[in-house]
Amino acid sequence: MSDTLSEGTADDAVETPDQPAMITARGLRKRFRQTSGDGFEAVRGIDIDVRKGEAFGFLGPNGAGKSSTMRMIASVSPVTGGELRILGMDPAVDGPAIRGRIGVCPQEDNLDQELNVFDNLYVYGRYFGLPKQVVRERVGELLEFAKLTEKAKAKVDELSGGMKRRLTIARSLINRPDLLLLDEPTTGLDPQARHLLWDQLFRLKQAGVTLVLTTHYMDEAEQLCDRLVIMDKGVIVAEGAPRDLIREHSTREVAELRFGVGEHAAHAELLADLGDRIEELPDRLLVYAEDGEEVVARTHERGLQPIATLVRRSTLEDVFLRLTGRTLVD
Amino acid sequence: MAEISTGSITGEGSITGEGSSTGEGSITGEGSTSGGGDLPFVDGLLRQVDYWATLWARTWRGVVASSFLSPFLYVIAMGVLLGGFVEADSETLEGASSYLAFVVPGLIAAHAMQTAVSETTYPVMGMIKWQRIYESMLATPLQPQHVVGAHLGSVALHLVATCGLYALVLAPFGVYESWWGPFVAFLAQVLCGMTFATLVYAFTTRNRSEEGFGVLFRLGVFPLFLFSGAFFPVSNLGDVGGTIARLTPLWHGVNLSRMFALDNVVWWQAGVNVAVLVVLMVLGWFWSVSGLTKRMLS
Repeated sequence: MSDTLSEGTADDAVETPDQPAMITARGLRKRFRQTSGDGFEAVRGIDIDVRKGEAFGFLGPNGAGKSSTMRMIASVSPVTGGELRILGMDPAVDGPAIRGRIGVCPQEDNLDQELNVFDNLYVYGRYFGLPKQVVRERVGELLEFAKLTEKAKAKVDELSGGMKRRLTIARSLINRPDLLLLDEPTTGLDPQARHLLWDQLFRLKQAGVTLVLTTHYMDEAEQLCDRLVIMDKGVIVAEGAPRDLIREHSTREVAELRFGVGEHAAHAELLADLGDRIEELPDRLLVYAEDGEEVVARTHERGLQPIATLVRRSTLEDVFLRLTGRTLVD
Repeated sequence: MAEISTGSITGEGSITGEGSSTGEGSITGEGSTSGGGDLPFVDGLLRQVDYWATLWARTWRGVVASSFLSPFLYVIAMGVLLGGFVEADSETLEGASSYLAFVVPGLIAAHAMQTAVSETTYPVMGMIKWQRIYESMLATPLQPQHVVGAHLGSVALHLVATCGLYALVLAPFGVYESWWGPFVAFLAQVLCGMTFATLVYAFTTRNRSEEGFGVLFRLGVFPLFLFSGAFFPVSNLGDVGGTIARLTPLWHGVNLSRMFALDNVVWWQAGVNVAVLVVLMVLGWFWSVSGLTKRMLS
């Protein structure tokens, strides 16, 4: 009996099925009308379930449909197909009620340059219909949280990129949202600012806020997301916890072997049997295998002398590049 | 547990969907899950009062200064200096006792148009795409009609200030024929300005870039300013020209403003003037809301 109990709790901890659904999408589609032709379908039928307290990520190259999906979730872009429920509500009907309970941190800061830091937060709180006194108190707390108390009277112009980002996130928390949407929250920030932001997002997650974010940075996704989907060309190509995705779509380790210019193609054939998969890049070979050191040893056994070798763990980036390709998307 | 210092910010476990978080829900317009729908219009406007008040607190001095200065310059140049050369009897000046008295009510109406246009071109484009203030507003419970309403409300306030100050500055020049006429003329000038405000706002929401504004100023505002009866009676334009001039919205504003300022009211004309301006203003309002909706919520 105790066995079944502990099993139950373990499952719960992983799947969180009894938590209420924050976002449910079934066959969700977004088509943009264009002046000429049929229009462009940015999201082509995706299913998503995000539960309370989760940190959920959307990964994908440019044009994968992440931002279009985020805009639909934020209830500022009409759904053109399928079904979407946010906090149990239909964005087509209850847009204002939904937006009242979510926080949005857009990709590019849209702070009011004319106002100072305090006023940016204050007027924004008023849009949610919060009483003046309540907003004032929350602004104080949020300035503290964003480490901007000293800058309360400063103009937005005078802030650094990292400060602006923190202010934007602080602003998105003014209504104490149940669900926080972050579109590429750390793009363009220096490493110090990124780590500070990650720390703050982690604290929000600890406090129980459901986070939904898009990112280009695989390390960010691994750090922050409990679960993520990889999107490509409007559809979901993989879904799961970062670790599970790596296990499923890549090997445990990767051996990177660098040879002389022009030798890679020939050597790739010779070494193809050493790993589950071999990838030839202009400057090196990537051998995906359970044991990378062994790949290196066997390579030497075969009389090949790489100029340089590197054995590393598989990362989410390997998964991402495998699923979405190495071709540049503009 | 795990209540880090952020606990206070994110809401004491408010996250648990119902319970305390519905407290927030009630703020956004009640019953969150059922019915929902639009935020009441007036509520949406009131929520933006602090924003516009903050902006006004920073800009009102400039508004007042320019509202004093430009009428002075115009009246001195056009009314006094140029008007000194104008010898015409009151008949040809639509009942005005002097050219100054003739030109002033028209000038104020034309000035209202210019103020409205300048407030609904670059500033609106800025909020749409440069500073993207509207994007941040529409991520909250506010909807396009609230955003448009509050912005146009601010334009209305600007018009009230400008036209009101203009009229005050001119009072000592003895250009008014009755004590009540200027007040009605003032309302006509504000109405005229608001008609242009809603129409040009709608135009701006449908422009991808600011390049259209050059065309609007050169082919719209400037000819209207010169030829809609502000500086001379439109009958001087001949039958065809006069008829065309009488079809422009600015003429309706100028005519209305002048008839009341000179206490020379033709009531059926006043009725037509008001009707035209109101109909255009209402159409402009709907075009503005639909334009902003298409632009921002696609």
